[in-house]
Amino acid sequence: MKGIRRSLAVGLTLVMAASLVLTGCAGRTEEKPTTTTPAASDPAKKPFEGVEIRFLASQHPWTETLKKDIAQFEAQTGMKVNMEVLAENNLTQKLTVELTAGTGTVDVFMQRPLQEAKQFEKNGWYADLNAFVKDSKKTPAEWDVNDFHKGPMQVETVNGKLVGIPLITEQEILYYRKDLFAEKNIKVPTTMAELEAAAKALHDPNKDFYGIVMRGQGNPAVTQFSSFLYSMGGDFIKDGKFAMDSPEALKALKIYGNLLGKYGPPGVLNMQWQQASALFAQGKAGMWVDANSLYLNVTAPDKSTIGDKVGFAMFPAGDKGVAPYSVTSWGISIAKSSKKQDAAWEFVKWASSKEMVLKTQSAGNPSARSSAWNNADGTKSWPKEWVEVAKKSGEVGKPADRPLVINVGKARDLVGEMITAAITDKDLENVVKDRNVKLNELLAEENK
Amino acid sequence: MSRWIEKNLKWVFPAPAVIFIVVMMAFPILYTAWISLTEWSMSATEPPKFVGLQNYINLLGKDHRFWMSVWRTFYFTGLALAGETLLGLVLAVMLNRDFPGKNLLKTLFLLPMVATPVAIGMVWLLMFEPTIGYLNHVLKVLHLPQSLWLASEGSALPSLVLVDVWQWTPMMALIILAGLVSMPSDPFEAAEVDGASAWQTFWHVTLPMLRPTIGMAVILRSIDALKTFDIIYSMTQGGPNYSTETLNLYGYNLGFGYFYMGSASSLLMVFFAIVMGVVIFMNWARKGALS
Repeated sequence: MKGIRRSLAVGLTLVMAASLVLTGCAGRTEEKPTTTTPAASDPAKKPFEGVEIRFLASQHPWTETLKKDIAQFEAQTGMKVNMEVLAENNLTQKLTVELTAGTGTVDVFMQRPLQEAKQFEKNGWYADLNAFVKDSKKTPAEWDVNDFHKGPMQVETVNGKLVGIPLITEQEILYYRKDLFAEKNIKVPTTMAELEAAAKALHDPNKDFYGIVMRGQGNPAVTQFSSFLYSMGGDFIKDGKFAMDSPEALKALKIYGNLLGKYGPPGVLNMQWQQASALFAQGKAGMWVDANSLYLNVTAPDKSTIGDKVGFAMFPAGDKGVAPYSVTSWGISIAKSSKKQDAAWEFVKWASSKEMVLKTQSAGNPSARSSAWNNADGTKSWPKEWVEVAKKSGEVGKPADRPLVINVGKARDLVGEMITAAITDKDLENVVKDRNVKLNELLAEENK
Repeated sequence: MSRWIEKNLKWVFPAPAVIFIVVMMAFPILYTAWISLTEWSMSATEPPKFVGLQNYINLLGKDHRFWMSVWRTFYFTGLALAGETLLGLVLAVMLNRDFPGKNLLKTLFLLPMVATPVAIGMVWLLMFEPTIGYLNHVLKVLHLPQSLWLASEGSALPSLVLVDVWQWTPMMALIILAGLVSMPSDPFEAAEVDGASAWQTFWHVTLPMLRPTIGMAVILRSIDALKTFDIIYSMTQGGPNYSTETLNLYGYNLGFGYFYMGSASSLLMVFFAIVMGVVIFMNWARKGALS
């Protein structure tokens, strides 16, 4: 019996060890760098022949545009790009898991710099793109790093490291129903007071029609609330401390909550931009305040019943003037654990080149390159009014739409709880005081 | 070699299964237990920092959100289980009779069970929409008061229970039906001879004999209901204002929303203990009822 047991133990261990070794080896051989050095000796050969890279992308109109040209890029370089497109929350989760494993399965990925850059950099997941951008052998002068707007480049720089190339920028604007405004003789609101007056005039809940719709789910609403906060003279963090309990912030919270609570649709507490835009696109709301980059969702004929009646206006002024956010919503990065960084950079360089950016921008994705904005082709397919509003908002805009801490997820949840309390009008002052203390605890922990 | 295998046959055959369980189940659990004693943001540069039982102390001692999520997990499971068992029993008794189209009906019953949870979530999300959704439209036509469904803190969790009941009642019904079908016929004949009414037969004969089956079905279903994640995540992400945040949702938020891997792991270990406890308790209750 003893003998059996011993041989069992030995046998099991052997089998297990063997299976571990085998799987380990298999994984490793796959990851082996497949000649990343350009074959300079043979000019006829494509520089990245046979190299495969994996690109994790977010579901976005930008991605759809880029996808059409990837075949061409593959033909030029001989590279194979395996692209996977995921919804943004799933993308974060997938990145988190794969980058933690650190086995080099991801080469290139899209990220939201304001949300993730600090955390991802802290976790050591980004390759430093300065190494490529500043190397004239890898990046020709015509790619022109100085063509990118300064603000977005700053957001993509963490502790002096360039963690991503900005792809898409956006500003908060006011969408409104031109036809109803004309019919009821309402002036397009330019101040918070006028915004409320317009919402009140349009509100008709008995006919299932609501004055205004915005995001009401706490965490997602934080970014859209930020412009209200800035316009009232507040900010998430002032002098190194959370200032959500300041009179300005409280005022902004009350305005946001009041608009949705009094003139918003029922069920607004469960609304992200998808639900809010759908309601507006179904002709159930008079106004919608959200990012301008989402405009196709309410103007495209296949998504909207009121597409030709949508007007665009600047975010209205608060006590301290007009101050919408103007941010970099998406950038493209290379994983530090990637074993094919040269090939990855070749792809990133191409996706963010002047030519491709002009292409994606003219398809409806506002970029961070001056050349695309200065080129008439870059804006010609967009509604004129929209371009004007975007340009003006860009000039006065604030570079962040959420608290810039490491743990943005938690900070957003806490600010989101304040927004929920503002909308439901329950115990707002106390919730704000309590959550602001918690926010400062979070900040203190991070600065430790 | 072949002689060796022959000699150790009873060890060799189960070996693949044993290895699979060790690699795929025991290792993750032990790893989670280890991470739960550390502080780690999934960083590649900073390794997990050992903090002892601190995560557990924070979670069990100070975390209001944790205790609320424990309560919601049990509330959700209890309510869903009660609805599913009751409706499942009724359906099973009805299906136990002969009528034309019975097999077709049984097959149709399976549909909610085989549908993808996320797809179910998306469809119900549309039906629950307070302004343009189908449910409120029906209520309006019938002149009944409308509900905010998922959009209010009070009604969100019961609305999710409704979806769970819709999805899982068929499974309960099928298990109970299997128990009904396999029953011997003599106790029923004896009851008939003694002049028992239909209700008396059901209460004093059918139900006691069904107990083990129902008990088993309840255990299976409760383990699953405790773990529900997909329909909640796809419909409310735990909102509004955390009113549908169960243990699983909170664990997900701690891990992937806040990057608190240590806290998330300690929560999962507590959750693991809770599920184990429930199973042990139910098994004990079942055995007690049998003897």
